[in-house]
Amino acid sequence: MTSGRRLEHNSCRLPSGVGVQEPILRTIHLTREVSGLRLVDDISVEVYRGDILAVVGPSGSGKSSFLRLLNRLDEPTAGNVYFEGKDYREIPPRELRRKIGLVTQVPFLFPGAVADNLRFGPSQQGKQLSDEAVASLLEEVGLAAYATKDAHYLSGGEAQRVSLARTLANSPSVLLLDEPTSALDVDSRQGIEELILRIVRLNQLTCVLVTHDLGQAARMANRAMVLKAGKLERVGLIGEVLRVQAGV
Amino acid sequence: MFKLAFNHQVLVGLIQSAITAALALAVMMVARQRKIHLERETVVALARGLGQIVIVGWVLIILLRGPRWTSVFILGAMLLASAKFSAQRAKGIPGAFHVSLYSIGCGAGVVILLMTCAGVINTAITALIPIGSMVIANAMNTNSLALNRFRSEIQSHTGLIETALALGADSRQTAAPYVQASCESSLIPAIDSMRSLGIVWIPGLMTGMLLAGSNPIYAALYEFVIIAMILSASALTSILSTLLIRSQAFSPAEQLTLRPGPRQA
Repeated sequence: MTSGRRLEHNSCRLPSGVGVQEPILRTIHLTREVSGLRLVDDISVEVYRGDILAVVGPSGSGKSSFLRLLNRLDEPTAGNVYFEGKDYREIPPRELRRKIGLVTQVPFLFPGAVADNLRFGPSQQGKQLSDEAVASLLEEVGLAAYATKDAHYLSGGEAQRVSLARTLANSPSVLLLDEPTSALDVDSRQGIEELILRIVRLNQLTCVLVTHDLGQAARMANRAMVLKAGKLERVGLIGEVLRVQAGV
Repeated sequence: MFKLAFNHQVLVGLIQSAITAALALAVMMVARQRKIHLERETVVALARGLGQIVIVGWVLIILLRGPRWTSVFILGAMLLASAKFSAQRAKGIPGAFHVSLYSIGCGAGVVILLMTCAGVINTAITALIPIGSMVIANAMNTNSLALNRFRSEIQSHTGLIETALALGADSRQTAAPYVQASCESSLIPAIDSMRSLGIVWIPGLMTGMLLAGSNPIYAALYEFVIIAMILSASALTSILSTLLIRSQAFSPAEQLTLRPGPRQA
């Protein structure tokens, strides 16, 4: 069923004595073709609760296209995605996207104050995020006094932190990270990496991280999948995948 | 009829057309120096415009003597043509022809119908066709501007729009600022025409009425009536076209389909 070379056994995912762990996300023969070009080609992979799965591969290999299919920002032309065991087409797209949050490479902040950005997601469900909740989220991302600041005047690193907090405001169970540090300088990059790891552990999130940086994948992820020309080349535990990638 | 079509006036008209076309081409040559390349489009537009209007002149000689009901078909044909031209300005937008047809049809059609029923537009073909065509042509321009602006608004704000969708926003609310901006900007020419009426320009219809010996005050009032009709038709067209095109820009699963680049399906 799974395309590409699998460098792990399902048994390695089993907590002892509790039976088979259900993947939180499962793609089955997931494909997206546009104008005859297969951006994502027959990918079957599972993501388990608590995983940080790094999606690596060269430019144009379909990493971001794959990620966009996971929260249904794009429609698969074939195959399917199961979220918590349920066909994701049976889940209203707006609800699905709240549960599977996305942080993009470039943080697109809405005009207005930082707090307004954080309140955007919950307000789409008719919920009003309290001042305390805003303050708590901002503290979580290291921007405690930023609630009233104009989002337009933030640095790249600050904007990415706000973007992360804004996604967390929806209380997602899966976090999709599309090269979240590639638009940042080295110092900000390290800070965001540490922040993401802390938040993921604190909130017991599952993560799918797109990165072209194998070092970042090694520092952050426990599993990795390698894409090449839209196809899944291999998937497995991070150490094994990176060893094969390095030709060791 | 031959005598009517070819006389001294027609010869003068052809010479005048040649002079004005040469002027337009000269301006395009100046623009070319500034690396603005519109020569081909201008030549084609001038040739088409001249050919079309002369053919229409011929057809009008026949039609203006026909029964009144034929005006419905003539206006219908103009509507179809206007939707086609407008849709060509909206390349890449799925369903642009149908959106244009419904928007111009409703915008211009409702205004022409209501005003004809109210007695503002005379039912004689000689009145209904020229006035109807003015309303349709202006609605077409507004529709083209609205579609064009909507496409550029959406494509230049793709990141923000998809961020909002990824946070669980609905496409209708997400697109609202861009629908509003497209609608407002498409109505600028119609509103400016009304604002500058009589000061910056004296429209052709009023000039014609004056030359034909109408009361100048009545000619002025009737010109206001025409421009007001154009404004109403344009506004209705713009509202409809931006609302209809919004639904074409998003899929039922709240995905942005009007994206630049290879992901656009």
